[in-house]
Amino acid sequence: MAGIVLSGLVKEFPGGVRALDGLDLEIADGEFFALLGPSGCGKTTLLRTIAGLEPPTGGAVHIGERDVTRLEPGARDVAMVFQDYALFPHMSVSDNISYPLRVRRRPRPERTARAAEVAAQLGLDALLGRRPAALSGGQQQRVALARAVAIRPAVFLFDEPLSNLDARLRLEARTFLKRLQRELAVTTVFVTHDQAEALALADRIAVLDAGTVRQVGTPREVFGRPATTFVANFIGSTPMNLLPGTVHDGRIDVFGAAFPAGVTGLREGEQVVVGMRPEYLTLAPARPDGPALAGTVSVTENLGTSALVNVAVGDELVGAVVPEDAEPAPDTPVWLTPQPGRMLVYRDGNLLR
Amino acid sequence: MTRHVLVRIGSYLLIGLGTVFFALPLLWLLSAPFDATPTYAVRPPSEFTLDNFAAVGDNRYALPSLLNSVLLAAGTMLLVVTAAALASYALSRVRIPGRDALLYLILLLSSVITGTAAMVPTFLLVFELGLIDSRVGVVLVLTGGLLPAAIFLLKDFVDTIPRSYEESARVFGASPLQVLRHVVVPVARPGLATIGVWTIVQVWGSFLTPFILLRDPDKQPAAVLVRTLYTEGGSPNLALIATFSLLYSIPVVLMYLFAWSRYGFRFHGGIKS
Repeated sequence: MAGIVLSGLVKEFPGGVRALDGLDLEIADGEFFALLGPSGCGKTTLLRTIAGLEPPTGGAVHIGERDVTRLEPGARDVAMVFQDYALFPHMSVSDNISYPLRVRRRPRPERTARAAEVAAQLGLDALLGRRPAALSGGQQQRVALARAVAIRPAVFLFDEPLSNLDARLRLEARTFLKRLQRELAVTTVFVTHDQAEALALADRIAVLDAGTVRQVGTPREVFGRPATTFVANFIGSTPMNLLPGTVHDGRIDVFGAAFPAGVTGLREGEQVVVGMRPEYLTLAPARPDGPALAGTVSVTENLGTSALVNVAVGDELVGAVVPEDAEPAPDTPVWLTPQPGRMLVYRDGNLLR
Repeated sequence: MTRHVLVRIGSYLLIGLGTVFFALPLLWLLSAPFDATPTYAVRPPSEFTLDNFAAVGDNRYALPSLLNSVLLAAGTMLLVVTAAALASYALSRVRIPGRDALLYLILLLSSVITGTAAMVPTFLLVFELGLIDSRVGVVLVLTGGLLPAAIFLLKDFVDTIPRSYEESARVFGASPLQVLRHVVVPVARPGLATIGVWTIVQVWGSFLTPFILLRDPDKQPAAVLVRTLYTEGGSPNLALIATFSLLYSIPVVLMYLFAWSRYGFRFHGGIKS
């Protein structure tokens, strides 16, 4: 059991690519922590630096009370599950799961006993004698998890653990992963580029971009109050509407609608960006009381139990999510109002509080 | 329609002729050793006999030469596989500038400067080392000749082994040697076996190097000995040559069949995801 503290981590690859740029992060003991970001943001490099597979150019990694910055991967008491699972093709499932014990030169009976115990825990008992090539993708993923569980490490590191599974299996594996982490209560760091996965699994999320942390918070915080317009764009299955606004008389004027600012410290005439999630916009067929964005329906997209309505407001398309069977016909005039307290104001890309 | 049939007949005729061309020596090799009076003609034995095998046994150098071939092949194979495995692993995993150019250059030089062209310098080198008439000298020279191609082939193979295997083992605490022993070598086994079989076949058939470097007829391998199988009259002793050739070819054929059934000579990483 151990937390992780990263301080001032820098990783520069030969050729001058800076994958990590002075990164600070604290991960609490027992936490399920997601590193989220677009490809090339440095999230996998960060995970590999924690594992010890990439030596950092600068900064320090602490696991528990120990400074492990210069330690070999094997001496850090971590277990890692790779994106391709990295199961050894020439070993049976049992030998794969107990491989960490083989490295520690434990006797064979102890190894098979532990493999059987962990396999039972993860529902793999029937597969112990098989080779990885004879397993389905979901089973391979579980074997990889079992191998990580078998050494009872202080920290789990998962590199895109679900990305090689097909969509339906992924949901199942997601639930399984979360339950397993709850049961074992081991500090877990996982990397993903899928914001829905991060929101669903993690206790806390760090959103990474260009080698730095843009925001750290619970899924609710990161989804409801993105700290920057980058995070706002990245989180959410339908991207947040970001509209230009002008401060006027303590209110913010967006396409002719004057919304109450809700934040202090705004200067008269200042240009800001207003963020409204499609899920937090109310669509009305008639002009409501108070300020509202007026526009005409352009396109609607069916999302299953709801629909995304794209409304042409000025020269922008604004998305709003409406319940099923409430979609307005194209070209009808509609009015959009943000739900109270759900309108966010950004200045220079940063959220104003 | 008739045109189509004619083309079919013609192509089968061509294939048939080609087959006969390649089958004739093999058929001769199968029938002549059992013939009391073999000729160059391919025919069923005129008088079936096993005396020719006894005659090969009577030749003081024939059977020991087969053992010499085995010793040379086994020694060279061990050296080539070990050195090629280490070199190709290093070349595949370590980034050094100009690595691929270096590899191609080595391969190119080794195929341009063939055994015949390098014979005199090789002889002088081995002479200076005091390894003339020793099997170690022959093994070293043969190893040197085969290594570039072996490294080249094996590096391609090692390139297809995902690094995550090794990294995974490292995170679980395996030392570099354990990574090599537990993961890399077993996964690369089909490639290593292919290189091993290929080396043995090359050494088994090599004539010039052992011919020049070995003086003592007791140390000569089979490929060199065949040349001495003449009658007192100075003409080739067909019975002896055919019988000895049959014995000489059997181990290679058996090994090919074994390796093929086991590994199928795949030149890819054998990893299906």
